Amino acid sequence: MILSRKAFLRLSGVSLLAVAARKVKSAISGTRWAMAIDVDKCLKQENCTKCSAACNQAHNVPAIPQSGRDVRWIWKDSFEHAFPGQEDQYSSLRAAPAMVLCNHCDNPPCVRVCPTQATWKRDDGIVAMDFHRCIGCRYCMAACPYGSRSFNWMDPRPYIKNQNPEFPTRTKGVVEKCNFCSERLAVGKSPVCVEACPEKALVFGNLADPRSPIRELLSTRRHTRRRPELGTGPGVFYIL
Amino acid sequence: MRDRSVIYTGLAVFLALATFPAWHNLSAHVTAKGPDLRLPAAAKQCVAPVAYMRTSHMNFLIDWREKVVRSGSRDFTADDGAHYKMSLTPTCLEQCHGSKADFCDRCHNYAAVAPPCWNCHVDSKLARPTQAAAVQPALRSAQ
Repeated sequence: MILSRKAFLRLSGVSLLAVAARKVKSAISGTRWAMAIDVDKCLKQENCTKCSAACNQAHNVPAIPQSGRDVRWIWKDSFEHAFPGQEDQYSSLRAAPAMVLCNHCDNPPCVRVCPTQATWKRDDGIVAMDFHRCIGCRYCMAACPYGSRSFNWMDPRPYIKNQNPEFPTRTKGVVEKCNFCSERLAVGKSPVCVEACPEKALVFGNLADPRSPIRELLSTRRHTRRRPELGTGPGVFYIL
Repeated sequence: MRDRSVIYTGLAVFLALATFPAWHNLSAHVTAKGPDLRLPAAAKQCVAPVAYMRTSHMNFLIDWREKVVRSGSRDFTADDGAHYKMSLTPTCLEQCHGSKADFCDRCHNYAAVAPPCWNCHVDSKLARPTQAAAVQPALRSAQ
């Protein structure tokens, strides 16, 4: 194909316009998925682990009994571990362990260090992982200030009770973490932990939409995030 | 002709070595016949023409993978207009081919290739019946 100079310039112009239009469109009708955890509601049922159990089943998360070798997507952690540096002595967060998961940060340090771009930030705010590309270097685990990532030190399959064929397992030498149920969001469902919570303590929604339930909740209730001073911009909010 | 025995022994050894592949294959019942695939009973049409899938299914699947994982699009429209969910276990295996052992493995074993797809993607035939048997001993030995 021979392209005249005029046609080339015209094509370039149209392409640039298309790129600009796409950027404008994503800025206007943008999506920023986030989660709010109502701490008081979460504490209503003591020792409840329904969200973790549902997540583990949906994503084939292995139950490895050895500490330091276990794999976690959403789990309970103590106040000291979840909110280090928070001085508030009478905070309701201190009452019991908090549910913690990947914060899907605005500025994710794990993405910056990944040498293979196996983890990256999607346009809708989800810090996604491509298990195919992960080489198991664990830079992301070192970079994540929340300890949200787990490494598969061994073949996880023997530790998965009921394998869910809809979702792959992982293999030895791969890092994994919560994916905000991107496979469910793609078909219009909310994350499985949100659905599993009997107290509806987990609220999932679009921060970019001012009328979304999560925005209403955040504008009316006092909330905090894990280690906001680091500037990572966590997308998981704790309603106090 | 004092070396006759040495020469004939050498020749015999040479012939045995040179024809080794032939009689080794004969004894192992290796034939030139290709792998015997069990084709899907219900589905008559693959997501792409059979000749293309035969030569390029690996590229095709990698293309699906990139689309689903990296760009988040999950719907595939075949040439005949049919829609498929781009997914290895639920679509390829459960919807059509049924068993990895009867389809994927037969060809891969014949061609002596070992793609790592199933290290993570679940072979639903294997996952369901053996779970109880497989999990318990493994957990016990790990504790």
